[in-house]
Amino acid sequence: MNEATASDTRTGDDAKPMIEIEQLNKWYGDFHVLRDIDLTVAKGERIVICGPSGSGKSTLIRCMNHLEAHQQGAITVNGIEMTRDIKRIEQIRRNVGMVFQHFNLFPHLTVLENCCLSQIWVQKKPRAEAEKTAFEYLERVQIADQARKYPGQLSGGQQQRVAIARALCMRPEVMLFDEPTSALDPEMIKEVLDVMIELAQEGMTMLCVTHEMGFAKTVADRVIFMDQGQIIEQAPPAEFFNNPRSDRTKLFLSQILGH
Amino acid sequence: MNDQSAYRTDMIAARQAPDQRRGVVGWLRANLFNGPVNSVVSVVVIGFLAWCLWPFLKWTLFDADFLGSTRADCTGDGACWVFISARFESIVYGFYPEAARWRVDIVFAMMAILVAWLAIPRLPYKRWVGLFALVGFPVVAWILLSGGYFGLESVPTRAWGGLMLTLVIATVGIVGSLPLGVLLALGRRSKMPFVKAVSVIFIEFWRGVPLITVLFMASVMLPLFVPGNVEFDKLLRALIGIMFFWSAYMAEVIRGGLQAIGRGQNEAGQALGLGYWQRTGLIILPQALKLVIPGIVNTFIALFKDTSLVLIIGLFDLLAIIRAGLTDANWLGFSTEGYVFAALMFWVFCFAMSRYSQYIERRLNTSYRT
Repeated sequence: MNEATASDTRTGDDAKPMIEIEQLNKWYGDFHVLRDIDLTVAKGERIVICGPSGSGKSTLIRCMNHLEAHQQGAITVNGIEMTRDIKRIEQIRRNVGMVFQHFNLFPHLTVLENCCLSQIWVQKKPRAEAEKTAFEYLERVQIADQARKYPGQLSGGQQQRVAIARALCMRPEVMLFDEPTSALDPEMIKEVLDVMIELAQEGMTMLCVTHEMGFAKTVADRVIFMDQGQIIEQAPPAEFFNNPRSDRTKLFLSQILGH
Repeated sequence: MNDQSAYRTDMIAARQAPDQRRGVVGWLRANLFNGPVNSVVSVVVIGFLAWCLWPFLKWTLFDADFLGSTRADCTGDGACWVFISARFESIVYGFYPEAARWRVDIVFAMMAILVAWLAIPRLPYKRWVGLFALVGFPVVAWILLSGGYFGLESVPTRAWGGLMLTLVIATVGIVGSLPLGVLLALGRRSKMPFVKAVSVIFIEFWRGVPLITVLFMASVMLPLFVPGNVEFDKLLRALIGIMFFWSAYMAEVIRGGLQAIGRGQNEAGQALGLGYWQRTGLIILPQALKLVIPGIVNTFIALFKDTSLVLIIGLFDLLAIIRAGLTDANWLGFSTEGYVFAALMFWVFCFAMSRYSQYIERRLNTSYRT
């Protein structure tokens, strides 16, 4: 087990895994959602998680920043082991950015304020410095010209790009994407995927729950297929798509690629 | 098939919307007289209103007496507002000693300035003015009103009365019940069993008891329970009772707002590393309170009007002081004027609150729900 001290949050050298999950189990009441999950994510690795709905893929990545509590097993993020201690959880969350299906921008704050809020209150940065960082990332997702608008005035694709910028402003070591394009109109999916591809090419460690198999083929180092709370198969994309081994994977692929 | 297909080469330019403003005549025609049946109904209703309102207007305005100082000046057939103007001082100050009334005036003026400053968005230093209004002003107001310090003559709270007392009770009730209500609403949604239980019991107890009972308990029962040498001011007891009572209502209004905020907002805050109080104060409450402004102001208005219930425990608020004036031997038989005037005073304050809340709602409506 890695024992990180509280002050030293960025211990992960390249050899150490960014995320290490061992024998993770989780139940909703009596329903066994995650079963004996083992997963190691190296620094800089890009992973796409797919699977039918209800297979536990969202739950899995939500466990990684403790939006969901697990009951058994160990999760270690960037050298810090997840416990129920809220201090430690918040320390992990500072290193983990998350992008949600429904964006979850704060509708009462402008785009700029959305990006500055946690910098000011969590990282205790002065406002001017926070705004500078915010503009830097808004620029990167090509939405800096909308900084003074409210989220409700933007399109879905624009909102999701703001959400990505907001997460990046905290300069996380890992980015979690929970079906980031599922709530978007088809013509807006590309603008969000382009941002994610760019991010992947810059070496960000990414875990992405998505049904965008094109994205998986382009950027993923590894594709993980889940069903009924278990990891059924994991492989590099070329092997995963061309030569799936399990029957469940074959069935799933035929369903989503078949039309 | 080919003749079914069509395509456009020239785009239609945007045109101005047709003019929808039609002036008074247009409005009347569209809304009141758009057809024979509606015209008849309109005429009947307008006639009925005129028939009802005319005697009232005649009594309150056209046949009324406004000038004078004694009963002898009441010569017309209508209302005699001389009754009000002759007693105006006592309606505003109650039994407050005349020599010290300048102190009440200062508090009134300070309150007016503070309220205006906080209510008008353009004025600067909101944070500091707000802080002073919540911390400094109550201390200054207490020192000025009750005296006993800095050589100011001491005025016991039983001498307070009239509009001044109504405003004191309403202000303390409003300023106290809102934050307490927020805490209770948060407590009721807490995952900690003890906090939750305390909040639920508090809310259900105070909400389930009539305000009159609360006031009676505060003024009659409480002194029986506390040791004899501990003296609580009667007004203070009433204030605490009113604050607790209305905070329970406030808590339920605010809880409604909290429940309307999606789980995703909290999760986004968590994922960014914000702690519970940061998420609550920066993300959840600003949205939740904005949603329930109508409910909050509704509670404020009810609170303001119900301050008049303190008359049953012997405090002379605006309404009670007017009622007391009715028994004045020189002014028998002017109860209608008294009650109409009391109603008008209450209405002015409540209507002002209502209008301000609508203004704030429009102003805060910059973002749209995602």
